Amino acid sequence: MDRIKGVELNGAEIVVRCLQEEGVEYVFGYPGGAVLYIYDELFKQDKVRHVLVRHEQGAVHAADGYSRSSHKVGVCLVTSGPGVTNAVTGIATAYMDSIPMVIISGQVPTHAIGQDAFQECDTVGITRPCVKHNFLVKDVKDLAATIKKAFYLAQSGRPGPVLVDVPKDVTAMVTEYQYPETVSMRSYNPVRKGHAGQIKKAARLIKQAKRPMVYAGGGVILSNAAPRLTEFVRLLGFPCTNTLMGLGGYPGTDRQFLGMLGMHGTYEANMAMQHSDVLLAIGARFDDRVIGDPAHFAQNPRKIIHVDIDPSSISKRVRVDVPIVGNIPDVLDDLLTLLRADAGERDAAALEAWWQQIATWRARNCLKYDRASKIIKPQFVIEKLYEVTGGNAFVTSDVGQHQMWAAQFYKFDQPRRWINSGGLGTMGFGLPAAMGVQLANRDATVACVTGESSIQMCLQELSTCKQYRLPIKIVNLNNRYMGMVRQWQQFFHGNRYSESYMDALPDFVKLAEGYGHRGVLIDQPADVEPALREAFARKDELVFLDVITDQAENVYPMVPGGKGITEMILSEEL
Amino acid sequence: MRRVISILVENEAGALSRISNMFSARGYNIESLTVAPTEDASLSRMTIVTSGSEDVIEQITKQLNKLVEVVKVVDLSEAEHIERELMLIKVRAGIKEREDMKRMADIFRGRVIDVSDNTYTIELTGDCRKLDAFIQALDPGAIIETVRTGASGIGRGNRVLRV
Repeated sequence: MDRIKGVELNGAEIVVRCLQEEGVEYVFGYPGGAVLYIYDELFKQDKVRHVLVRHEQGAVHAADGYSRSSHKVGVCLVTSGPGVTNAVTGIATAYMDSIPMVIISGQVPTHAIGQDAFQECDTVGITRPCVKHNFLVKDVKDLAATIKKAFYLAQSGRPGPVLVDVPKDVTAMVTEYQYPETVSMRSYNPVRKGHAGQIKKAARLIKQAKRPMVYAGGGVILSNAAPRLTEFVRLLGFPCTNTLMGLGGYPGTDRQFLGMLGMHGTYEANMAMQHSDVLLAIGARFDDRVIGDPAHFAQNPRKIIHVDIDPSSISKRVRVDVPIVGNIPDVLDDLLTLLRADAGERDAAALEAWWQQIATWRARNCLKYDRASKIIKPQFVIEKLYEVTGGNAFVTSDVGQHQMWAAQFYKFDQPRRWINSGGLGTMGFGLPAAMGVQLANRDATVACVTGESSIQMCLQELSTCKQYRLPIKIVNLNNRYMGMVRQWQQFFHGNRYSESYMDALPDFVKLAEGYGHRGVLIDQPADVEPALREAFARKDELVFLDVITDQAENVYPMVPGGKGITEMILSEEL
Repeated sequence: MRRVISILVENEAGALSRISNMFSARGYNIESLTVAPTEDASLSRMTIVTSGSEDVIEQITKQLNKLVEVVKVVDLSEAEHIERELMLIKVRAGIKEREDMKRMADIFRGRVIDVSDNTYTIELTGDCRKLDAFIQALDPGAIIETVRTGASGIGRGNRVLRV
């Protein structure tokens, strides 16, 4: 990029120039009064492409999906007031899952701030609790340096969304433009290397382990540590589980993989977590959906090694014995070096016995379901989706039962292929996220697994898909219920299905057609595979598969909220 | 357990609310909070008095350190430190009470800084317990108005918090 220094530019030109400097391919956004100068500058260039969504929530989710599937920073541009408030759900979603993102928001002119001006809101105040950091730029002289900082903060340390609020007059003011080459902040210096003494302690524990377990989360994906984790786990021969956010961090089809753990984790993963004597937690945070009740988890004594970039994730819900703060690939490299240098003294017999124990847990076959059903089982649809796409698709999901079935039944062998809202649990995430994924990976197969309730939360983006010719395949597991809500009501609220039933659903086939896409209704098990094959063969078309599934199906295993992770409800027990 | 946490933070708009927001969002308690710029105008020094178990205090310091504008955090109560708080207290001081009130202020090394026909305003400095004790020592009916700054803290001896 030609670096023009010392030129006079206005604020809007600076914003666009900064995005070009950062190598931004796509900006997801929606215009409005406060950002008109910026949109004018976008119009005059063609390096940064703008993707026009239909609602700002969609812009943020799309930037999020773009980032998750590509390891680049997602970028959004929204206007002041309602533009920002619409974006908040998306920002909070990205924050909970530590997704690197820069959001540029318009603001009313500086002289109008605080006057309850048209489309004014306290953007910095509203977003403060759901961003890694945010800025209000009151002087055009600070604009370039602030945007540089925003990109640096978003990507470094524990990643997260960073918002830059730019008043309209600042975008019109002129100053000498120079994009800073580096950033240095005395108050912000994330570590990379783990503490050598702690790593030695960890290596010692790993060698002594009789019932080891590796528990790896989203941090592995975010730090691009999946290849190193795989090398590490295979070298040691240990069992490995992934969290919902970590799926693909270790190959899902590998023999050493025990499946996902947690509230809807496999029997073997949860049992091995509870009964391990040395637990190695990597880029995971022991959250409530993963280990359930911490007091129950603490009943079995074990030594815990915890590797994480964020010190505040360590010893938050569970006390750990060996904390290692650092960048996961760096820490795993150091650990691998130590273990390779001296790997002879491990207890192979104990590990063998541990695997035998795990085999008995696996034999429970906790993910079994009725394969002979005459009504389409949702699990069956995901299994067929896996077969038809050869396990190579990018799969986004919304939130609820379909999300859990996708996580359980689609075996992710690679990182960044499973895109879902884990922390915030945002219904409406799947479709816009899939748009970002498809733009980041133009020729890839992208499937959005959703439900008839979730899909309606960001349905308007079907129009965006048409405009940018995004051939996403939507697999709508339509059970005419908010399935997960209904499941909880069945288990814990005496079958009183309060407001979890959706009457008056749209005809999704006609709806898809209305937006200019192809819609297909599937209501027979025998039609599932052929319909999927036909849909995925249509490389240049969005296909909306409305799959009528069993209304009564539940997600198993299930750990009821607040229970211990081994207190699972299994399908066979009902 | 009561803890006194000292923070050096970039002197920027929004830094204070980022910190107080974090306390309320995570359900931590703030007993008092004081903040003012230091000798380096780009830095503010904050003293927060809070309470919680070991685990909670550990999380508070970690969460504070995580905030981008926070430069340094130290738990002063981990070692020897000094705390001081300033109180301005307006009390009834008519002809009858005047003598007694002045004597009471002297005992606590307070100073009368404003006088009217029937009031004294007393300035009193000390740690929180001393200020509490002064209030306790007065007849509740005599107190008209109380203003306290909250504690400021500093480490003893060579214990220093600076960039």
